[in-house]
Amino acid sequence: MATQQTKTAGRLLVAPSVILLFLWMIVPLAMTIYFSTLNYNLLNPDTRSFIGLGNYLDFLSDPDFIGALENTLILVASVLVLSVGGGILVALLMDQPIYGQNVVRVMVIAPFFVMPTVSALIWKNMLMNPVSGLFAWIATSIGLTPIDWFTNYPMLAVVLIVTWQWLPFASLILLTALQSLDEEQKEAAMLDGAKAVNYFFYIVLPHIARAVTVVVLIETIFLLNVFAEIRVTTNGGEATTNIPFRIFELATNANDVGGAAAGGIVAVVLANIVAFFLVRMIGKNLEA
Amino acid sequence: MALKQTMGRRVGLTAAAWLVGFLIFFPILWMFLTSFKTEGDAYAIPPKFLFFQWTTENYVEVQARSDYLLHAFNSIILSVGANVVGLLFAIPAAWSMSFAPTKRTKDLLMWMLSTKMMPGAGVFMAIYFLFLQAHLLDSRWGVGFLLMMANLPIVVWMLYTYFKEIPVDILEAARMDGASLSREIIYVLAPMAVPGIASTMLLAIILSWNEAFWTLNLTNVNAAPLTNMIASFSSPEGDFWALLSAASVLAIAPILILGWFSQRQLVRGLTFGAVK
Repeated sequence: MATQQTKTAGRLLVAPSVILLFLWMIVPLAMTIYFSTLNYNLLNPDTRSFIGLGNYLDFLSDPDFIGALENTLILVASVLVLSVGGGILVALLMDQPIYGQNVVRVMVIAPFFVMPTVSALIWKNMLMNPVSGLFAWIATSIGLTPIDWFTNYPMLAVVLIVTWQWLPFASLILLTALQSLDEEQKEAAMLDGAKAVNYFFYIVLPHIARAVTVVVLIETIFLLNVFAEIRVTTNGGEATTNIPFRIFELATNANDVGGAAAGGIVAVVLANIVAFFLVRMIGKNLEA
Repeated sequence: MALKQTMGRRVGLTAAAWLVGFLIFFPILWMFLTSFKTEGDAYAIPPKFLFFQWTTENYVEVQARSDYLLHAFNSIILSVGANVVGLLFAIPAAWSMSFAPTKRTKDLLMWMLSTKMMPGAGVFMAIYFLFLQAHLLDSRWGVGFLLMMANLPIVVWMLYTYFKEIPVDILEAARMDGASLSREIIYVLAPMAVPGIASTMLLAIILSWNEAFWTLNLTNVNAAPLTNMIASFSSPEGDFWALLSAASVLAIAPILILGWFSQRQLVRGLTFGAVK
């Protein structure tokens, strides 16, 4: 039973973290909202003036923004489908009675620990280079024309790289969820002569549904923020500029503080839509 | 008969799983092999897989070209330093939420989690502006503080889920014996929570080491960690694959090894305890 003394101590001890996080959230957010209502260019800092929702109207009517929004959604959706779909398959395979499961696990999880700049550059150069890359050599050896990834399919190339980074995460989480499936339930289904397909759809999938949702939500949070992979491979361009990259461009190339801030608020709103659902999911688990 | 069939099936599944694992791991292996090639061999068609002139000169060259040691030092200082300081805030907070919870503890945890959802790009302009004014651009203190704040919610959460598993009776017994609160945390709670604290730190260090939005945008030379050093290879002059590979191996090796050790805690940490 917590005494009055522990309660007071509890409040005191949790306070520093709460105050720090509160400042960390509110100060940049308030500044961003304030900046987003200004016509403010770092090249002419003296001429800044209040323009209300002007930056939002500019940002939202800017074809570059619409393009960036489209690219963001394409990137997030494609990587989600590929990594979660692939992750289910990889997890199912690893959950079978195989020899050396630990070794397979170590190999599968490895890309998750590779920093984004490394994975992007290794893929772009050593694998996807249209002349000396490994994929080009494989294509030529089987009689196909090598694909010039970053010239012809830049978005697909970025999607593949980011999928490679997130497939391990999905696989590992889903494997953990699969392993908690009751052995007896498995045996019962087998004894009843359930077909593999039915077994998967009626027993396995419902069991891992929650884990899949968590994976989807967490990946979405990170995928909305993909930046380094684009910076070091295509450095933007029409086909791969997403919202974070567009904000970066406005801020650093155009010195457009107001525009970048308005874009930032749009990004915050997007992320919050996802966060709303994620936080509720995790909250439910807290009670259980 | 049945046994034979099961064995055959098991061998087939094993082969499939190993193949999939190998393919996923392959880019890392390829990078590792390339780092020991000469640039000529790195570009060779058909590719040379194992039979090439092994050399370690690339590793020497990395230091000469891009001052590897400085960036490695920054990576270590930033990822370890930021999270050690973070622990000083997080341990008391997690103690409070686990052992002296109030009606609002759950809301507080949820709110902390929601601060993690704020996209870096969203507040980039404000942070950039603040850093510019405070002369914190390209400073270890500045980016270190950001990394600490970015991880604090995860660290508090993970510690909270570990502390919850420690029976409160033990802490109360210490209290009965007249231990002060600081003694209770340092001498009773901390030793029992060492495995949890260690896994939390491990995950936080991995995340900070690989963080590439703030580090790319707010550091340049002096405070630039390895993410930034590798990014400098994106606009190369001349042949550089072997060199890039060597730099990459040096950049990811420490964290890859740490990561392999911590993979089981990873699931728990990255899903905020929602999947165990």
